[in-house]
Amino acid sequence: MSVEFSAWQLILNGDAALFAIVRLSLAVSLSAVALAALIGMPLGALVALTRFPGRSVLVVLLNAMMGLPPVVVGLAVYLLLSRSGPLGSMGILFTPTAMIIAQTVLIIPIIAALTRQTIEDLWAEYRDELTAMDVSQAGRMATLLWDARFSLLTALLAGFGRAAAEVGAVMIVGGNIDGFTRTMTTAVALETSKGNLPLAMGLGLVLVAIVLAINAAAWGTRVWSERQAG
Amino acid sequence: MAFRFSSFVSALLLTSLAGLAPASAQDRSIVVASTTSTQDSGLFGYLLPLFKAKANIDVKVIAQGTGQALDTARRGDADVVFVHAKSQEEKFVADGFGVKRFDVMYNDFVLIGPKSDPAGVKGKDIETALKAIQTKAAPFVSRGDKSGTHSAELALWKVAGVDIAATKGPWYREIGQGMGPALNTAGAMNGYVLADRGTWISFKNRGELEIAVEGDKRLFNQYGVMLVNPEKFPSVKKEFGQAFVDWLISTEGQAAIAAYKIDGQQLFFPNAEKKGS
Amino acid sequence: MRATVSDLPLVLDGVSLLAGATTILDRLSLSITPGAPTLIVGPNGSGKTSLLRLLMGLAAPTAGRVSWGGRTESKPVRRAILFQRPVMLRRTAAANVAYALAQAGTPRNERAVRVAVLLERVGLFDLAQRPARKLSGGEQQRLALARALAREPEILLLDEPTASLDPAATRSVEEIVLMAAQSGIKIVMASHDLGQVRRLAGEVMFMVRGALCERAPAAAFLDHPTTPEAAAFLRGDLVI
Repeated sequence: MSVEFSAWQLILNGDAALFAIVRLSLAVSLSAVALAALIGMPLGALVALTRFPGRSVLVVLLNAMMGLPPVVVGLAVYLLLSRSGPLGSMGILFTPTAMIIAQTVLIIPIIAALTRQTIEDLWAEYRDELTAMDVSQAGRMATLLWDARFSLLTALLAGFGRAAAEVGAVMIVGGNIDGFTRTMTTAVALETSKGNLPLAMGLGLVLVAIVLAINAAAWGTRVWSERQAG
Repeated sequence: MAFRFSSFVSALLLTSLAGLAPASAQDRSIVVASTTSTQDSGLFGYLLPLFKAKANIDVKVIAQGTGQALDTARRGDADVVFVHAKSQEEKFVADGFGVKRFDVMYNDFVLIGPKSDPAGVKGKDIETALKAIQTKAAPFVSRGDKSGTHSAELALWKVAGVDIAATKGPWYREIGQGMGPALNTAGAMNGYVLADRGTWISFKNRGELEIAVEGDKRLFNQYGVMLVNPEKFPSVKKEFGQAFVDWLISTEGQAAIAAYKIDGQQLFFPNAEKKGS
Repeated sequence: MRATVSDLPLVLDGVSLLAGATTILDRLSLSITPGAPTLIVGPNGSGKTSLLRLLMGLAAPTAGRVSWGGRTESKPVRRAILFQRPVMLRRTAAANVAYALAQAGTPRNERAVRVAVLLERVGLFDLAQRPARKLSGGEQQRLALARALAREPEILLLDEPTASLDPAATRSVEEIVLMAAQSGIKIVMASHDLGQVRRLAGEVMFMVRGALCERAPAAAFLDHPTTPEAAAFLRGDLVI
């Protein structure tokens, strides 16, 4: 009882260790979202705007990969980064960098697939106007991505939600090292395995609250700036 | 005035990458592949700050089953292995992956079961108890994850004269997970489970579970530590890793292990001999 | 480069456009040269919009040949188009014009001045910093005109730009179009508003069912149509 009580104290008082875990979770997942956006958005826009043989296969593949199992991605990245793997010499397995890489791989398909759909719809509206202005392919991609920015925020949030919620990939490539690679989700998994269910649930609620707050903030930003930009 | 998307993204990148300093040349840390029992029992939480104070080396613990921990080390992804399955450890060293194995400490296994004790094993020796469980087909949860505890469990079935691979029925549940989940599962299905005492003592979600069999010397559980072979993996931080191994088997480290208690109970009993094998 | 390449004369040679089995444009051969505004007139579905899209190079003919200044490459050089419902980019009015200038190859350091001049020319100078999508229908149409003029076109194609505007907005659009025509830009505009034809046209191309039925100076067409279809259209009868 006293242990559980102190666990709750830890959550309520914003304990330093808990703060570090929250901070790492956010740092890893937000970095992964940013990286995945830098890769996935242009990729999605490119697929939306180009026609080539096998394109529909790629579209189906992208959509299907939105459901990539995190453990599989984690295992693949683990094998890649392991000392015995091709990128082993980088020595980044069991570090936050490895976790960012795994989550980036995990959410690129989500951001790319949602971007493709958004950009393809917008392109139908913009096609004549941009063609008449003789806009280059790269210019079209940039214009459509920018003009779809409010809708694309949803793609980013979907990616963030996926990254923040997954445990399989970060557990495998991060190793759940106390104070170094322990995130909210791996901490929940650990506390559950220790039978410390109330603390696990408490951590889970903190995670949900944070994800909720970020979504609310993003939504507020969207509504506000959409009002500004029309 | 407009929503500056690009600056939003770069701001995100900056804030999130700040503070994630990459491992530098000055990085005084090692990765130790160990078992869930050492972590879940809280032993590392107690030992590592003491070692850090002494040697100024950070120890990053990856807690896995013994088999998985040895695999991690076999891939060169750890500097030190600290596990409890002697025969697997000796093979690991014989195959050239480890330098030298040292006994560190032991704890013991306990057979956990529901208070209702459907197989009637309470207070029996482990051999009789396992036979009774098999005969009555009482629910039994096996780690099934190649861990040290799993190895020990399989060895005990052999001791009891039960060919578990041939006779297991639906009563025998292999969950392929760590000690904690195995206890959670046993609690949920009113089953028996073999657990290390350390994890059991610090386990919070006991419900109707209690110790059914303990004290049998066949339940003895030896822990060994070894440095991963730097000749095989040049990335191994051999000085720091060896420092950790040496400290564990030193008088000071052994005393620290003996001093770790939960609710007044000692969990691990140091027995290092220093000569190694 | 811009000075040496021309999009005029714009020539259609035996051009047909089919959509499946339906004939949208039927064997059109015509030439558009500099001069007074040409208004393309005809009932809905007569192919006015499709013709404008072909003239702009947005659609390729099923048969026949379109050429601009002798070139068949459809890349727009010195032509621009105003759609019935132009797409406003999600940015300010000024940024919309600046975007068109950038695409037309205007050097970066000249854009700010040109934006101001163009917005002044369409009467939107005071609304420069207003998000384009917050403008009224008439203002959006004028902003689209500014974007089109940013391309410094020789020929400006317009697809019923005033169809959904009130009379005041229509008048300001027409004033800008007339100003453009006076500055030497060839205007080709689709309309089914005979009053507008009377106010703007130098000549009329009258289309029925995808074919060019009659082409004549505006006054002649309005007062003495030579085909029964044109006469019926001018009377206000339904021409199918």
